[in-house]
Order: sequence, then structure tokens, then C-alpha cells
Amino acid sequence: MNDRLNDRRGAPGTSRLERIICLRCPRGCEITTSLDGYGAILEIEGNVCRLGRQYVEQEVHNPTRILPTSVRVRNGRYPLVPVWTPRPIPKQYLRDLARSTRSVELEAPINVGQIVISNWQGLGIDVVASGEVERV
Amino acid sequence: MQADTRYDVIVIGGGPAGLAAALEAHADGQTRVLLVERNDTLGGILPQCIHNGFGAVVFNQDLPGSEYAWRYRTMVEQSGIDVLLDTMVLDVTAELDVYAMNDRDGYMRLRPRAIVLAMGCRERTRAQIRLPGSRCAGVFGAGTVQRLVNIEGYMPGRRFLILGSGDIGMIMARRLTIEGAEVIGVLELLPFLTGLRRNYVQCLQDWGIPLYLSTTVNRVIGGRRLEAVETIRVGDDLQPIPGTEGLVECDTLLLSVGLIPENELSRKAGVTLDPRTGGPVVDSAMSTTVAGIFAAGNVTSIYDLVDYVSKAGAVAGRSAARYARERPDGRAETVTVAAGKNVASVIPQRIRFDTPVSEENLLMLRPSALMEHSVQVELRAGSRVLASFRGNYSRPAEMMIHRLKPQQLRALKSAPRREITAEIQ
Ligand SMILES: Cc1cc2nc3c(=O)[nH]c(=O)nc-3n(C[C@H](O)[C@H](O)[C@H](O)COP(=O)(O)OP(=O)(O)OC[C@H]3O[C@@H](n4cnc5c(N)ncnc54)[C@H](O)[C@@H]3O)c2cc1C
Ligand code: SF4
Repeated sequence: MNDRLNDRRGAPGTSRLERIICLRCPRGCEITTSLDGYGAILEIEGNVCRLGRQYVEQEVHNPTRILPTSVRVRNGRYPLVPVWTPRPIPKQYLRDLARSTRSVELEAPINVGQIVISNWQGLGIDVVASGEVERV
Repeated sequence: MQADTRYDVIVIGGGPAGLAAALEAHADGQTRVLLVERNDTLGGILPQCIHNGFGAVVFNQDLPGSEYAWRYRTMVEQSGIDVLLDTMVLDVTAELDVYAMNDRDGYMRLRPRAIVLAMGCRERTRAQIRLPGSRCAGVFGAGTVQRLVNIEGYMPGRRFLILGSGDIGMIMARRLTIEGAEVIGVLELLPFLTGLRRNYVQCLQDWGIPLYLSTTVNRVIGGRRLEAVETIRVGDDLQPIPGTEGLVECDTLLLSVGLIPENELSRKAGVTLDPRTGGPVVDSAMSTTVAGIFAAGNVTSIYDLVDYVSKAGAVAGRSAARYARERPDGRAETVTVAAGKNVASVIPQRIRFDTPVSEENLLMLRPSALMEHSVQVELRAGSRVLASFRGNYSRPAEMMIHRLKPQQLRALKSAPRREITAEIQ
């Protein structure tokens, strides 16, 4: 529809055209790049600085994100504690990790910085509390 | 009723602005500070902001709002500052009387030597944007739902539509998706995104949530509960285009249509409000137009980054402590900065020249126009440019922040008139 920013058109042949918004700084350059069949950059346009190129390389091969969410707490002053992945995780796991955290239930007290899920699925991903819940 | 005169500085509101103000007022070791908060915990809006994106300037780290709040709360708890929780301030007068109430102490009258207003903001409501259609249940402010989902652990619907592409709207779109709800999309009246781009990518694009620009709610449909929303496209004049209606089935509509500074107390105290920001007019010391009353944070103007709220709170706290100590008579010399071309609002509205050299003298402009090329900001008296600086772009979603240099302050001080304008070219 009129979702202009979402518009990703394919290019003919093996190369493809990607539009990526760089997240390295608040400026958020809208970068247009054409990639070959292996994801190597053929052409790049719209990045104001060279970090934009680095970002595109990372974003094409191994995009990572931080997941902030919350998990349930028993016997606490609040029913939930906020948690996050302080280290960005591969984007492909966002949905699965979100699903896993929905079924976790912890016992109060919880402190800031406490690891609430350690090495999720053996992938080295830790989920850490970003708030505290006292026991009542 | 006898006034309690134990305190030098009373800070009203325990959000990031109030926490920083209390800490800084207390930092000289002799100012007696009281922090008053109506909620049962300190942190203001931050405990419900569980997403990251806080602290880049103050802590040089990207933290969740809850953790940013926890750090300040811990500092305040360790400082020994007196804190009254669950306490509502009801009235503030120009003579610096503070009337407050809680269950334990009942009705109180306090008389400090200086006051910091740090009451934050509230959400614009459905009535204020005149949403047509049924008065059914299922229409919420996005901030209210953020509180329900993140603090109370209550999911108020299954299929959501969001009106407004500001940061709160986008952050809630992702949040609801993470918790397993269905978010059909985000509608934006304007032809451009009104929140930060990083939120567009991380909150909408990553989770496959579509954004519909130049689109708004035409009608709310439902009996007791919301059943559907009729959407409509708008033209460049923002008027609905007949024939472009669409029907979206959903049980919950979130409104992310802006925040307004919380200024009932400011009005009672008689401080001058700026119609552009909706908050008190402040000077470089965060002093309002009433001597001894200071203000900082979202109560003065809606900020997009909490780090600058903390900085403004710190300025207000230092200024209030100084005022309480020295009780200056007479007003400081100021020039007024008016919002000119392409500028929606300015903080502070008055620049003074007697701030300690250690202060940063930040000037913050809220642009009103979207310009994706480098821009020049000019501070001018009539046609004469007194000071200028450059920006990479001008976006209504992002405040432009400039630290006024000593030579720029000197140039403003020598302005031929007491009113200058800030323009973005
Ligand atoms: C949804 C959302 C997302 C955000 N995302 C980001 C982000 O990613 N990064 C970022 O840097 N910033 C973000 N911000 C901005 C930042 O959170 C705010 O700018 C900041 O919290 C404002 O602080 P404040 O102290 O002025 O107000 P608040 O945090 O609102 O605190 C005001 C306090 O005053 C109290 N109070 C009010 N009236 C009274 C009274 N009469 N008596 C006693 N107490 C009273 C209130 O209870 C409240 O605790 C976000 C804001 C929102 C709403
Ligand atoms: S390309 Fe450079 S300037 Fe543009 S968003 Fe990325 S880091 Fe910022």
C-alpha cells in the first residue's frame, strides 16, 4: 500500500536491490544497495558515512537485534519483571525467544542484572532482568 | 495552618527530571531537599518503558528505561534525600507554599525556599482529537496500554490497530506482538513517520507490521466493545479523500496522538505558560517567571530523549539550591528566544547570562518542518544574524540540541533588542 519505507523491489538477474535504514546513528540514512547472489555489495547509495557500508554488510549477513520484554514473577510486589538481551541476538531468533519468555515464571525477589534465562537453546543468549521485584 | 519550613527545596514529581533535580540540589551537602511523588515508586514514566534506547548521553550505554530509572532511584535512595511516596501535591502558590496530601500524614502545608516542578506529561485523549463514531470500549491511550501490559501484566485485547506513528505507538506495536497479540498496522495522518527511524526498523519492519502513511481513522464501529475501525486516506491538506475508506476488524484501538505537559500546578502557581510547548516559560537556569519556582523535563516541553530530561532536571536542581541559599533580589538579565520559521518551539525561551561557566547552556529546538538535507539554524534580531549553527537535517521527531558557546552568548547579550528569533533554513 502506501508503506513507502517498506518497499523492497527485486532486481533482475542474480543481483538484488535492498533498501536498508542504517541504525548505527540517529540519522538513520536510507541506503539503497545492490547485492550479488552471495550478498556482496555491488553498489551502495544513500549512506552519509562509511559506517553505513559496514552496517549493510552486517545487516545482509547477520542482522542482530536487542529483545526487550518481560516475564511473570510469583510472590513479588509486581506480577512482572522487565528483561532484555543486553547483547544483540541474531534477528532470526527474535520471535522464538519472545515465545519462550512468555512461558517463563520466576520466583521473587529479582534484582537488576540477574540472569533469568541462561544460554537459551545452547545459543549463548542470556536474558537479563532490567528491573527489580521485591518479594512480598 | 502552620507551614512546615524544614526544607530548602521541594521537588514535585519523581520521574527522571525530579530525580536529577533532587540529587543535584542535595549535592552541595547543605541544602535540605524533599522529593514528593504521587505514585508508590520513583521513576516517573520510565518503569513502564521496558524497551532499550535510554542513557546514551548520560551513561554512554543503551539501557532499558526501567534500568535507567533504577540507577537514578538507587542514587537517590543512597543519598539520604527525604522522599514522600504516595503523596499528591494539590496546590502551589507564588509565595512558595506547597499543599500536599497522603494517607499517613493527611493534609500538609510546606514552605520551602525554592520549588522544582517536575510533573511530567499526560496523554492526549480521544476527546481531544475528536474521534468520530461509537463510544464503545476498546479505545485506549497507548501509554495506558503500556502500563497495563508492562506493569500490571494485563493484555487488554487480541487484535490491535494503532493510530499515530510516534515512538510510543511503534514501541507498543512491537510490544503487543512480542506478547502474542496481533497488530494489524499503524496508521499515520501525516505523509511521514513522526517517530524515530530506529523505531520504525526495530519495531515495525522487524516484526512485519505495516505502516500506512496519510491514513487516519474515519469512524469507530462497535456496540459495547470495538468491532471494527473505518480507515480513510487523507490528501496533502490532511483532509479525508472520499471513496478511500477501508474496514479493519479489530477489538482494540490504541491512540498514540501526543502528550501534553501536566500543568495544573504551574497554573495555580501563576507561572507564565508558553502556548507552543504547553509548559512554563523557563530561562537558562530553568527558572519560571515566578521567582523561586523552577521547572524541568516533560512538564516544560515534550522531550524525545530522557538523557536531556535528566540534564534539565540537574540544572533546575542546582539553580533551586542556589536560589534557596542566596535569595537573589531582582531579576536576571535575559533575552527572549521566539520560535521563527520552521521551528515549533524552543527551550529555554529565555537566555540568561549569569549562569555558572560549568553549565552547558543547551538550546533545544523542536523543528516543525521535515528537511532531509543539511540546515542552518540562525538566532537573529530582525535581519541581523547574531549566532548560527548547522544541523545535518531537520525532523519534527528529533529535537535539535545546541550548546551555546561563550562567544555566541556574548553576541546574544549584545542583541539590539531583548527578543530574538530562532529559525531553521
Ligand atoms: C512510551 C514512551 C517511550 C519513550 N521512549 C524513550 C526512549 O526510547 N528513549 C528516551 O531517551 N526517552 C524516551 N521517552 C521519553 C522519556 O521517557 C521522558 O522524556 C521522561 O520520562 C520524562 O521525564 P519527566 O521526569 O519529565 O516526567 P515523568 O517521567 O512523567 O515523571 C513525572 C512524575 O511526576 C509525578 N507527578 C505528577 N504530578 C504530581 C503531583 N501533583 N504530585 C506528585 N507527583 C506528581 C508523576 O507521578 C511522575 O512520576 C519515552 C517516553 C514515553 C512516554
Ligand atoms: S550511514 Fe553513517 S551517518 Fe548514515 S545512519 Fe549510518 S552511521 Fe549514521
